[in-house]
Amino acid sequence: MSSLAATVQNIFDEPGCTKNGSKSKADRRKGCTRQLQPGSAAGGCAFDGAKIALQPFTDVAHLVHGPIACEGNSWDNRGSASSGSNLWRTAFTTDLNETDIVFGGEQRLCKAITEIINKWDPPAIFVYQTCIPAMIGDDIDAVCKAASQKFGKPVIPINSPGFVGSKNLGNKLAGEALLEHVIGTQEPDYTTPYDINLIGEYNLSGELWQVKPLLDELGVRILSCISGDGKYREVASSHRARAAMLVCSKSMINVARKMKERYGIPFFEGAFYGIQDSSDSLRQIARLLVERGAPQELLGRTDAVIAREETRAWAAIEPYKPRFKGKKALLITGGVKSWSVVAALQEAGLELVGTSVKKSTREDKERIKELMGQDAHMIEEMTPREMYRMLKEAEADIMLSGGKSQFVALKAAIPWIDINQERCHAYLGYLGMVKLVEEIDKSLSNPMWEQLRRPAPWQVLAKAMVQMRSPLAEIACDPALGETARRAKEICFCNKVDLGTIEDAITAHGLISVEAVREHTDAVGGCCNRRIEGILAASPSALPQAAE
Amino acid sequence: MALVKASTKSCAVNPLKMSQPIGGAFAFMGLRGAMPLLHGSQGCTSFGLTLFVRHFKEAVPLQTTAMSEVATVLGGYENLEQAILNIHSRAKPKIVGICSTGVTETNGDDVDAYLKLIRDKHPQLAKLPLVYVSTPDFKGAFQDGWEKAVARIAEALVEGPGVSGLRDPSKVNVLPGCHLTPGDLDELRAILEDFGLRPSFLPDLAGSLDGHIPDEFTPTTIGGIGIDEIASMGRAQWTIAIGAQMRRAAEVLQAKAGVPFRLFERLCGLDPNDEFITFLSEISGRPVPVKYRRQRGQLTDAMLDAHFHIGGRRVAIAAEPDLLFDLSSTLHDMGAQVTAAVTTTQSVVIERVKTEEVFIGDLEDLEELARTKQCDLLITHSHGRQAAARLKIPFYRAGFPMFDRLGAGHQLSVGYRGTRDMIFDIANLVIADREENHQPTPDSWRAAPALPRRAGHSSSGAAERSTA
Repeated sequence: MSSLAATVQNIFDEPGCTKNGSKSKADRRKGCTRQLQPGSAAGGCAFDGAKIALQPFTDVAHLVHGPIACEGNSWDNRGSASSGSNLWRTAFTTDLNETDIVFGGEQRLCKAITEIINKWDPPAIFVYQTCIPAMIGDDIDAVCKAASQKFGKPVIPINSPGFVGSKNLGNKLAGEALLEHVIGTQEPDYTTPYDINLIGEYNLSGELWQVKPLLDELGVRILSCISGDGKYREVASSHRARAAMLVCSKSMINVARKMKERYGIPFFEGAFYGIQDSSDSLRQIARLLVERGAPQELLGRTDAVIAREETRAWAAIEPYKPRFKGKKALLITGGVKSWSVVAALQEAGLELVGTSVKKSTREDKERIKELMGQDAHMIEEMTPREMYRMLKEAEADIMLSGGKSQFVALKAAIPWIDINQERCHAYLGYLGMVKLVEEIDKSLSNPMWEQLRRPAPWQVLAKAMVQMRSPLAEIACDPALGETARRAKEICFCNKVDLGTIEDAITAHGLISVEAVREHTDAVGGCCNRRIEGILAASPSALPQAAE
Repeated sequence: MALVKASTKSCAVNPLKMSQPIGGAFAFMGLRGAMPLLHGSQGCTSFGLTLFVRHFKEAVPLQTTAMSEVATVLGGYENLEQAILNIHSRAKPKIVGICSTGVTETNGDDVDAYLKLIRDKHPQLAKLPLVYVSTPDFKGAFQDGWEKAVARIAEALVEGPGVSGLRDPSKVNVLPGCHLTPGDLDELRAILEDFGLRPSFLPDLAGSLDGHIPDEFTPTTIGGIGIDEIASMGRAQWTIAIGAQMRRAAEVLQAKAGVPFRLFERLCGLDPNDEFITFLSEISGRPVPVKYRRQRGQLTDAMLDAHFHIGGRRVAIAAEPDLLFDLSSTLHDMGAQVTAAVTTTQSVVIERVKTEEVFIGDLEDLEELARTKQCDLLITHSHGRQAAARLKIPFYRAGFPMFDRLGAGHQLSVGYRGTRDMIFDIANLVIADREENHQPTPDSWRAAPALPRRAGHSSSGAAERSTA
């Protein structure tokens, strides 16, 4: 266990990360994410993170050593796509029972590994540690080592039990396992000057394949993608790549940095999210490859492809401009996406009413200011209640966010689009951004929203009934009743004389002065003097009298 | 009588089973203003939450005590205390339902004692019910968690019938098993109300997870049975328990408040519904409404129309015990052969499943059995989709989770009408499969060597299955 603690501390000291580098030593020890709050925490555990990071390796058997909850409740829940093996979608777990907890689960783990090798014979098995075997002291490292020797096949321990921390930490622990046991253990069949690694790209909804054709066109080969549509052999020989792109910097920066230290593979942090980003990333890839000895002409070819793709993408987005005029979007996501999507949305004519910066770095925030102006509405933290209010009061026409907040938008009958990991559409590269704009349009222009926002007719009816039941409604319907009500209005408050009595007196006696009214009625004519003058002036009898 | 066999494998492949704590938490989700809380590491909650959200496509309240490695060593008192205080001040729930997990059971947290300490220390929690149920991950399954939680809720919150001992003749308690959907509960409510009865459902998922849009945003459950209504269940005339798993809670109600109960192990199929409707007529003293006489007729007609397609089918079915018993019995009644049956956990009903043997195992076992026994209809939850694709046989989704189709919360199987709809759905799958995959060819009936052929199925289909 001490080695795991050491690994965790090691991860928290990450020179490759500017945010980490700017922290004090004490702060650094606390890790990247805030301390978990019991009763208000959301999000996965370290095991979840490790599984997310490694499960997209398609030909590996992923064996979860733990009770049924860890795998039984979670398997086959990720939308990564595979171009080959489907073994990664088969769930393997030791399903520990009470007896195992008492006597230890190592025996069962050994047998489970044997069963998998006998039945599937995969190129490798990843064994995931979970909380309970970690508590009872199951030594998965030793079991894996013994099994590797026995079967002559890599059996890799992934030491990332849930309770050591967050999902993010789990991503990095998974990276450590790759660095320690996998990367550099095999040699590629051949190498080219155009070999790159993609680190932290999971090929969700097959989005990698939106970008891969461009790389193919440029002759750039993905030697290994860690881990989307990845194969064990590819990652094992990934140390021969010329350059690397760190796609999701939050998750596996330790892998990129250590591969640079160990194998001299330069890397950059980039994304294929948004048009500008895609172009930047392609240029960076070309630049790094050329610096490592690829022919200079790659740069020119890359620029040509970028120019062509950008023109196409902007042209495809252009028709949406008039359709999006005056529409307001709220963007709740994190990190790079907090600004990389903004540019494309703005170009399509959407107005951004806010973007969240909870997980963004200082540089991210600067980019947002550049794009949205100094008074950009940057949302640090927004409670679901506040989000619901904002949407309900139509401060935004559409929300783009992750799955967690989807029901806040949908229940407010506001269009919503998933732009985080659970999304079922691919939004990567130039094509992906056009696709995103298309999806937004589909959602915004759906006639359904109007019907949904309308209250049920009986609710409208109920409101009308309430109005009809009010005394005012009765008066409005019946002129006689209205007249009675009008005449009942009190004029002289002191002696309680109503309008009807005064009017009758004026008509009957042809009165023209307050004095005369006072004589014929109980009205005092003091504080009600003005009111009586008004009645005299309006009285129809006043005119014929005067004419006589 | 079926032989019950348990798996001898060390490695479960493609699990059918889900864990007890989320089954327990699921029960709390049928209570109004509730916040279920798993006492364990945050992943325990996050996995469960994702599963519920994918199934219902609804916001689901579920919290965690976020046990860290250090907290696990030192004991979970402080995490539990903090979690309850946080939830109390932020979500303002009417009740907090606490389920333990493998982590906190292994380190031996005494949650009952913790709760006493927390109550003593924080008088502001005096009016907040805190119901705790022990649900270790390494024992039992989803259904067991539900069973325990409902029994605990009844134990903790139901009051006796009162000093007068008077019972309300129209008041009926309904204890639905976790295999019933919100749609099933709505159907049952309508049936009971048509007999002039006023049902209280514990838990009532139809109030919280039926998909309705609440007026106000709330972080707790948006509906379900209220605490007061649970307390009043002791005054009911009868308790109706649905599924053998609910016997325990029904017995608690009987012991605590003297409410007699009637257990219906099944509510899908003609016979079980005849029994059910007759019972309702008896306890309400009302004749069976015309509506149900007509629905019964419609079901019998549906059975006539569908038996051509369902009769003789070789069914492979995997589900939690009560759902397995219910569905397999209904299909057996329709002339299907329950050829492969797999379940998650022990139960009194599984040996009465109308098949040769019931396997306590996983979906690999189901797939293997379905292949070797040449089944041609697969029934299980959504995780069976990969097996169905490999087996190339029609696949009817039943049970939790159902994340790759819409309307999971409204799939009906109870009552005459629910059974009718389910029979149609299954028969339609069979018809579609025949049209798409089993069109006759000139070689369909040519004698093929060594393969036993069955009428209506091409030999190419059988060969495909054996090589798949």
